[in-house]
Amino acid sequence: MTALVDLSRRPGGTFALFAVALLCLVAIAAPLIAPYGPNAIAPANRLMDPSLQHWLGTDHLGRDILSRLIFGARVALGISLSVIAISLTAGVILGIASALSPRAVDLAIVGIFDVVTSFPSIILALALVAVFGPGLGNVVLLVSIVFIPHFGRVARAQTIAIRNSPFIEAEKVLGAQSWRVILHHVTPNIIGPIFVLACMDIPVVITIEAGLSFLGLGVRPPLASWGNLLNDGYTYLDQSPWLATFSGLSLILATLGFALLGEALRDTIDPKLRRTL
Amino acid sequence: MTAALLTIENLNVSYRGRGHSAHILDGVDLEIGHGQSVGLVGESGSGKSTVAFALLGLLADNAEVSADHAAFDGRTQDFAKRETASLRGTDIAMIFQDPMTALNPMFSIGTQLVDIQRRRFPKESRKALWARAQAVLADVGVQDAAARMHRYPHEFSGGMRQRVVIAMALLVEPKLLIADEPTTALDATIEAQVVEVLHRLRQRTSASMLVVSHSMGLIAELCDSVVVMYAGTVVESGKVADVLHRPRHPYTRALLACEIDPFAAFDPSQDLATIPGTVPDPSRRPQGCIFAGRCPARHDRCSEKPPQQQAGDGRTYACWLEAA
Amino acid sequence: MRSASFQIHLASKLATALLAVAGSVVLLLALTRFIPGDPATVILGSRATPEAVAALNARIGLDKPLIEQAFAFFGRLFSGDLGEDVFNGRPVLSLVLGALPNTAALAISAMLTAIVLGVPLALVSARWPGGKIDRLVAFLSVGFISTPSFVVSVFLLMVFSVTLRWFPVLGAGESGDLGDQLWHLVLPTAALAAGWVGYIARLLRSSLLEVLSESHIRTLRAYGVSEAKILMKYALKPAVLPTVAVLGMGFGELLGGAVFAEVIFNRPGLGSLIYDAIRTRNYPVVQGGVFVIVLLYVLTNLIADLSQSLIDPRERARLVSGRGAVT
Repeated sequence: MTALVDLSRRPGGTFALFAVALLCLVAIAAPLIAPYGPNAIAPANRLMDPSLQHWLGTDHLGRDILSRLIFGARVALGISLSVIAISLTAGVILGIASALSPRAVDLAIVGIFDVVTSFPSIILALALVAVFGPGLGNVVLLVSIVFIPHFGRVARAQTIAIRNSPFIEAEKVLGAQSWRVILHHVTPNIIGPIFVLACMDIPVVITIEAGLSFLGLGVRPPLASWGNLLNDGYTYLDQSPWLATFSGLSLILATLGFALLGEALRDTIDPKLRRTL
Repeated sequence: MTAALLTIENLNVSYRGRGHSAHILDGVDLEIGHGQSVGLVGESGSGKSTVAFALLGLLADNAEVSADHAAFDGRTQDFAKRETASLRGTDIAMIFQDPMTALNPMFSIGTQLVDIQRRRFPKESRKALWARAQAVLADVGVQDAAARMHRYPHEFSGGMRQRVVIAMALLVEPKLLIADEPTTALDATIEAQVVEVLHRLRQRTSASMLVVSHSMGLIAELCDSVVVMYAGTVVESGKVADVLHRPRHPYTRALLACEIDPFAAFDPSQDLATIPGTVPDPSRRPQGCIFAGRCPARHDRCSEKPPQQQAGDGRTYACWLEAA
Repeated sequence: MRSASFQIHLASKLATALLAVAGSVVLLLALTRFIPGDPATVILGSRATPEAVAALNARIGLDKPLIEQAFAFFGRLFSGDLGEDVFNGRPVLSLVLGALPNTAALAISAMLTAIVLGVPLALVSARWPGGKIDRLVAFLSVGFISTPSFVVSVFLLMVFSVTLRWFPVLGAGESGDLGDQLWHLVLPTAALAAGWVGYIARLLRSSLLEVLSESHIRTLRAYGVSEAKILMKYALKPAVLPTVAVLGMGFGELLGGAVFAEVIFNRPGLGSLIYDAIRTRNYPVVQGGVFVIVLLYVLTNLIADLSQSLIDPRERARLVSGRGAVT
């Protein structure tokens, strides 16, 4: 609780907490609060301006923009949390394994991390999607690959630092199994930085997913991803500005909220991370 | 005797933080005559460097500075408004403590030596300033000064860097030269060389000097008079010879006992003297004598603040003991 | 600077960069093997003759081990062959080279804009930290950094092209008409630069503040060197180092971001080339385009790294003497 109070005292902290809480709430309660179904088509009502019936207007198929945005929060949060969970797990396992493996294996894993990060992240995501094709499952798995090295590097660096510390040597002398000893000491040491990194990566994942969907290479319509909505808005920009405006604003709210929260967490949990993250 | 170059009466410095404030300097008096060299001695935390920084208005923004009266070269200075900042690099120059960090690593020595003269000589050409810098650099004992001007700080040894820092101070031909722990960061052998340079300087320039150091030995070598500071107050001041040979304040005595006498026979059975206890927390200063907590000669009266006693020949000290 | 040790340093940096490029080629080639179904059939379409499929397999090297395929790729690369467009047989290299200038112009103009705006903002913020301007810049830069560039693009398009009609909506402008091309460059540049202005401003501000608290700055202040000169000369040069490294990476990210700007503003370029190729499953073009972007990304990182070493006299000395600085 004190951490929450500290967070809210930082500039932008209150906004971050508010934005993230709102998004989570909306995502969880989407079917309860959305006034219409996300895919309820009403061609007669296409491209309507905001009104009492449709607070944020309708899209080119007459679907309610507000309802689609609300369900879009589900897609954005669901995908980004899945991606973070997968890449965090894989990255941490690979990173620790790399640090504890013989030099050749370690070099190979680090080499793979280097190759993956030698692509600009959106370009790698595009190249992967080009091969495996778009779709919800593919997007989650492929974008995860892009983020594995982030977590892998942090986990590896921390493990190496622990491995070389004198107290590990002492426990090894006492006959403890080395990997067990190391895991026991590594885990508490990497939780902080990994958690902060995860939070700071969420807006990047949201951006990449929305970007892929915007290009028609991510989540397939009619699933309401904010990227798809922005693309629909872009396509009908000369007829109605509302969809583009509101889907863009939703993306800004989410990315800004998580980015500010990540920074606040970083400074609260460990100010030293400012240099490395 | 003509008016002193610098007079400060009742200098106070405190830092204001959130909800608390720390009193760093409490009623410091300082007088430096024309051509005179004054030493400021004390442990770390005694506030001696704060006096030097306050003189140049170099203290952090949250420092509150005040003095009853302050004058430099006949002109009154308002410390609260940091008026002395205008004396930087013209009338007052400073030799800094750590030559390793006092120079900018990204620019050649020559560039830095030229730029620090700009305020003192606003109309001189860059070429003329470069030539002056080169001459002074050679003067403080840097060999091959012409080539060295183009070198970067990392290409100089510690002693050579300290010479560069001294050259800076000389270049602006100040009326007052402040040396802040000029030898603390140096090896013993290099220290001797730098003291030699300062010594020569002392004999040649007509500038007054303020030497800030924890070492009585250095001050004895370079100064005419000395001001002993403890926890932000002046506990004793007077001519170096008098204070050194007949210290009146218990703190001065303790400080002198901590100095290693280079001529004494080495005696492994004798421990190095230390002063027991620590300097009081500046945010919770005691009411009475500031040294009472650590003083071996403490008595009942010490719970009251002792007055500055005059002992003739410019000698002052703040202690009840000798007053009795 | 011309000593052997500098060449060794350069060579080791180059080797690392080349390894990254080679690794990414292997990755790109490995990926084509995951194309669902038979890649050659997918590439050529279901009505392709078996002979054509076999010929394509042999040509791309899909029937050989991955490493051999990679060597073949580099072998062809040195003779200027990056593969062929599967639809019209045009060489990928000429497609990529034709698209590159537009993308490079966009990325460079965005980077220059970000520097020209970001550096003064950083200087002002660091001069009066905690002041009104500092707080405003801090607020705006977080906003711009986290806003996706494609959202900025769509908003700019909506406001300035569709509503206000100040700027052209589509294309890169008449070829040969420099003014028209620059006019078409304004909105995409603004969209890409927005985040980087904030990033540079924040990064440089914090390293400026760090440098300003160092004791060599206090030395200059003690000699009455003007605050402007301290900030613009003595603090800026050391503070620029960490920013330079990030700019190297940033250029690559800009190339990636260019995909969106090019698609949204309908500009021909590397990004839209790759995008169209992905949509039409034109794999050789995707491969060639991505390869060139990776190459540029690694290259700009290398340049940033080296220029960082050249700015810092201590690094420079280490490069020349081949050992640590004498202290």
